[in-house]
Amino acid sequence: MDLNSQEVIKRLADEHGADNLVVILGAPDDESAEIAAETVVLGDPTYAGALAEAQLGLSVYHVLEQDFRTLVDDDVWEEQIGVMADVLDAELISSAVKGMREQQP
Amino acid sequence: MPVPVMSATSAVLAHVPGLCRHGSKPSRELPKNPEVQAAFLGSLRTFEQGVAYGPHQAFIGAVHPRDLPQRPWVGPAPNGEGRFAGVGEIMPEEEFLGLLAAVDDFDLVRLGAAEAGAIGERLARHPLAEHLDLEKVAAAADNAEAVAAEPGALTLHLGADHVAAAVRRAHESDAALTADVFLENLAGKASATLALLRVLHDNGIDPGSIDYVIGSGEEAIGDRYQRGGGNLGKSVAAAAGCVNASGCDVKNFCAAPIPALVIASSLVAAGVFTRVAVIAGGSLPKLGMKFQGHLKHDLPVLEDVLGASALIVEADDGRSPRVRLDSVGKHPVAAGSSNPKIMEALVFAPLDRLGMASTDVDDYATELHNPEITEPQGSGNVPERNYKTIAALAMRRGDIGREDMSAFVEQRGMPGFAPTQGHIASALCYVPHARERLMEGGARRVQLIAKGSLFLGRMSEQSDGMSVLLESNDQAEG
Repeated sequence: MDLNSQEVIKRLADEHGADNLVVILGAPDDESAEIAAETVVLGDPTYAGALAEAQLGLSVYHVLEQDFRTLVDDDVWEEQIGVMADVLDAELISSAVKGMREQQP
Repeated sequence: MPVPVMSATSAVLAHVPGLCRHGSKPSRELPKNPEVQAAFLGSLRTFEQGVAYGPHQAFIGAVHPRDLPQRPWVGPAPNGEGRFAGVGEIMPEEEFLGLLAAVDDFDLVRLGAAEAGAIGERLARHPLAEHLDLEKVAAAADNAEAVAAEPGALTLHLGADHVAAAVRRAHESDAALTADVFLENLAGKASATLALLRVLHDNGIDPGSIDYVIGSGEEAIGDRYQRGGGNLGKSVAAAAGCVNASGCDVKNFCAAPIPALVIASSLVAAGVFTRVAVIAGGSLPKLGMKFQGHLKHDLPVLEDVLGASALIVEADDGRSPRVRLDSVGKHPVAAGSSNPKIMEALVFAPLDRLGMASTDVDDYATELHNPEITEPQGSGNVPERNYKTIAALAMRRGDIGREDMSAFVEQRGMPGFAPTQGHIASALCYVPHARERLMEGGARRVQLIAKGSLFLGRMSEQSDGMSVLLESNDQAEG
């Protein structure tokens, strides 16, 4: 996860509390989604960013996960996500993020 | 109004494993950890491996990317692949060090005395030897180790550990002219010069007939008062003997070559110039950029080449592919920067304007980064994602059915085969293949699609891009 995003997430978690924060990922494949999820749950595995050794245990979902899909109006979904839902492997990505979410401390 | 055509193209690689340590990432990471440095230096490829690597042969135009074997491309033993093939060549690092000295107007590259002699002899046998300043190579002979010990100087190696040359800083205190920045710029100049010399002399084009040379590489040439001032285009024109040419640089991160092509074509169409060259040199900072992923997966350091291209635009010759200026697609500020929005702006808006369907384009050339390089570092398969996005949008428009999407990707897309030097990967690498297919009847239209990441410069959150159609000369529309 890029260093900018890590800083923003860290700041928001400090301001609002980790329990009040949900991270929605848009990563395009399972590998990068998993690393991003790991970063906000267990800390930055590359030890490069603000979340290095910060075990925030945040609640994290991918935008293609069904849990998130059901919360979004159909028209908005189609306009914003529809095309990429046809392009990306939602099942693989969802399972990678879910696996990491289950490691929340 | 003259119709602009792309009358010639070239593509060259310099295989420079010894320079990989000067890539931005290795230069920051290797000094931190001797073990990593040893693993890096132990994972450099030989020249024979570099020449045999399928994507490299595709880059110089010897094999169409769709005809590459199944991955992995790393591994197979060399099988007679040549360094001279297609529309270019793969130059070994010894010769490239000599080329650096030959185009170094300020004598800052110093070669070891023995190396200077050997390199001079090798370059004297090069097909372009008569166009290279070999006297400068001989005059660069020096004590490389002594020069390397001077303040601010940089040691240049062949392979893992052979000290072969050194480069002095270009100024005592100017951060825009340190030895590493100068080396980046000079590597861009040298590789672009090789590409320009090739396109001229392989096609019998008189260098004196070139009016203008537009640089579109990623290096920003300048000093501390104008860090990106330029002008590599004219520098390369001079090095290649284009005595009647002037030039300039077009900057737009990875996307620059396509705007440069459109500008060159516009200059020809407007009658301002008769013959314009677009050049792009290799990007040294990107050598070894993703080496950590490669080492982790027991792969060699795969980003060990500098890619460079040149193409010539002139008025219609009745045979070369036309550059359709009425097909230019731009990425407006308001379009947004999600991949589908960019593709709508660059791929479909121009086709709509021309009343064409997506199936009227035979080949789409988008960001064609070699996935064997990007995947081990977690960057995914960039071209595959782009092609799937184009196919998904084509399906939504009713050009194809859902069941046709994978065939669309397979037939009109292609595997990525370019080094991860963004401007080279961003459609430019496909230009030689496009020209060949458009001239030999394999394709009627090819869309070149370039994207660039403006946000990297921290001046804007925007990205940018441009597209243009190349069309075979015998198509009715002009």
